[in-house]
Amino acid sequence: MADERPGAGSRIIRWIDHRLPFLATMEHELYEYPTPRNLTYWWNFGSLAGIMLVVMIATGIFLAMQYTPSALLAFDSVERIMRDVNFGWLIRYAHANGASMFFAIVYIHIFRGLYYGSYKAPRELLWILGVIILLLMIATAFMGYVLPWGQMSYWAATVITSLFSAVPLVGQSIVTFLWGGFTVGDPTLHRFYALHYLLPFVILFVVMLHLVALHRFGSNNPLGIDMKGPQDSIPFHPYYTVKDLFGLCVFLLIYAFFVFYAPNFLGNPDNYIPANPMQTPNHIVPEWYLLPYYAILRSITFSVFGIPAKLLGVILSFGSLFMLFIVPWLDTSPVRSSRFRPIYKWVFWLLVIDVLALGWVGFNPPQGIVVTVGQIATLYYYLHFLILLPVIGKIERPHPLPTSIATAVLGGGASLTSVGSAPIGER
Amino acid sequence: MADLAHENIAHAHSGETRRDFLILTAGALGAVAVGATVWPFIDSMNPARDTLAASTTEVDLAPVAVGQRLTVAWRGKPVFIDHRPAAEIKAAQDVDISQLRDPQTDAERVKKPEWLVVVGVCTHLGCIPLGQKTGDDRGPFGGWFCPCHGSIYDTSGRIRQGPAPLNLALPPYDFTGKTTIKIG
Repeated sequence: MADERPGAGSRIIRWIDHRLPFLATMEHELYEYPTPRNLTYWWNFGSLAGIMLVVMIATGIFLAMQYTPSALLAFDSVERIMRDVNFGWLIRYAHANGASMFFAIVYIHIFRGLYYGSYKAPRELLWILGVIILLLMIATAFMGYVLPWGQMSYWAATVITSLFSAVPLVGQSIVTFLWGGFTVGDPTLHRFYALHYLLPFVILFVVMLHLVALHRFGSNNPLGIDMKGPQDSIPFHPYYTVKDLFGLCVFLLIYAFFVFYAPNFLGNPDNYIPANPMQTPNHIVPEWYLLPYYAILRSITFSVFGIPAKLLGVILSFGSLFMLFIVPWLDTSPVRSSRFRPIYKWVFWLLVIDVLALGWVGFNPPQGIVVTVGQIATLYYYLHFLILLPVIGKIERPHPLPTSIATAVLGGGASLTSVGSAPIGER
Repeated sequence: MADLAHENIAHAHSGETRRDFLILTAGALGAVAVGATVWPFIDSMNPARDTLAASTTEVDLAPVAVGQRLTVAWRGKPVFIDHRPAAEIKAAQDVDISQLRDPQTDAERVKKPEWLVVVGVCTHLGCIPLGQKTGDDRGPFGGWFCPCHGSIYDTSGRIRQGPAPLNLALPPYDFTGKTTIKIG
């Protein structure tokens, strides 16, 4: 095996590597890269997200070869992809469901980070880069959803761009600028297509930065304590390449299930009706991955301190994402992993339930109990980050941390048992 | 399990282990999976069904007078139809085919001698030769002349001079009636 390692083989490779140390760097970062020996399957989702980015770019480029970004032809060109282009249905379903898979993976990845305190020093920038990736993903997904130019595409574009009309004084001017006209139309579709093609490469660039920041201090781990020496780590290859590959196979089964057996389950049938600027669908909902933000937007039905409900809804909806930027400083606890945080551990799961509730609210028509639940859930979301996170860090008494990863994993007695009984460890 | 362990040791002597077997089979399946994944992407770039569906053209030859040449589109390419006068047919038939770069008799190139049907794309680098319109330069053999690099075709569409390697291609076609043909 040693002979097959890059750089050890041919003289040409060594000649190149001496001048352009690409292979040596790759070997260092993907082969020897010391990784905590105790990573669980929750740590698979980073590499899965990276793989999904590649899948989305690959399927997207092949769709772009067949797609026409014109208001007159867009819908028909998508139908042509579905009916006439060889395997066009497969590539389009892989792309459309891929977006859902990508978001599911990234949301799990984010909640993993929240549970195990992966955003804490010295990984604040790593976390911030991740939030930037999420924002870019949302923008990209939104513009991609507009491209098929069905009813949902058209009205999603109208509603989301109209969010900016809440800006005082210049709101309507901004919206006209975004549209390139007085309604969503051909110019809007063209620019969304151009940006939908561009942003994934911006994401790719930020992902590179995310990886550079990750490799600076290495992965966090379920214990949330630093690696203190070689006994705490194992080389990335073969241990985590194999583990990631196995996780990938399991994930691909789920992905393939949606692509082949339920390709429209996550979509909206109204989007198979061509865009009609004269009629809005009766029940308009965004894709599932945007439902919580949508729920917050709709929950604000009252004005506060003279800020109109419309503007406040937009602020709180965007704010729910932007607040993630300051999470490393909102959380005052020095302990990373929730395994050792008896109070926060439960509060974390309340946040998960809260976000799921917001998703449920976003999915249902805003009437009766749904509005009330939405308002409570919105309030709790902000309460979690702005009050609970700083306060719990101050008042909570964390469990004693193990002295090292190696002692905890390879036989640390008491600390090992307590780790085993933590709820996330059983999953 | 004991048997397997025993087998493992036995194979280890010959340099083959269960691990080798697992790596090879997993690798082979992985290669199949990669191939099966890549193929739809490559195939998506092949002509789509709507493109293939537009691949036959029917032509009514009745209005084409003797000596008249007609250009029709087939798969987006020009097809030259020449209602050849007797003199052109004779000129095409009298050629000593051993002198030709791409030897073919005139009979091999037509279904009915008075109708020549060829793809109007020069076999050199894909330009469309002149000779369809009255007043076009038809070259010294009375056929077609390619303006791009000077290839010259005769009244059977065979290459006679210039850089082109082959005669003008023959599209698949059939007479569906006395004076109608279906190309493709």
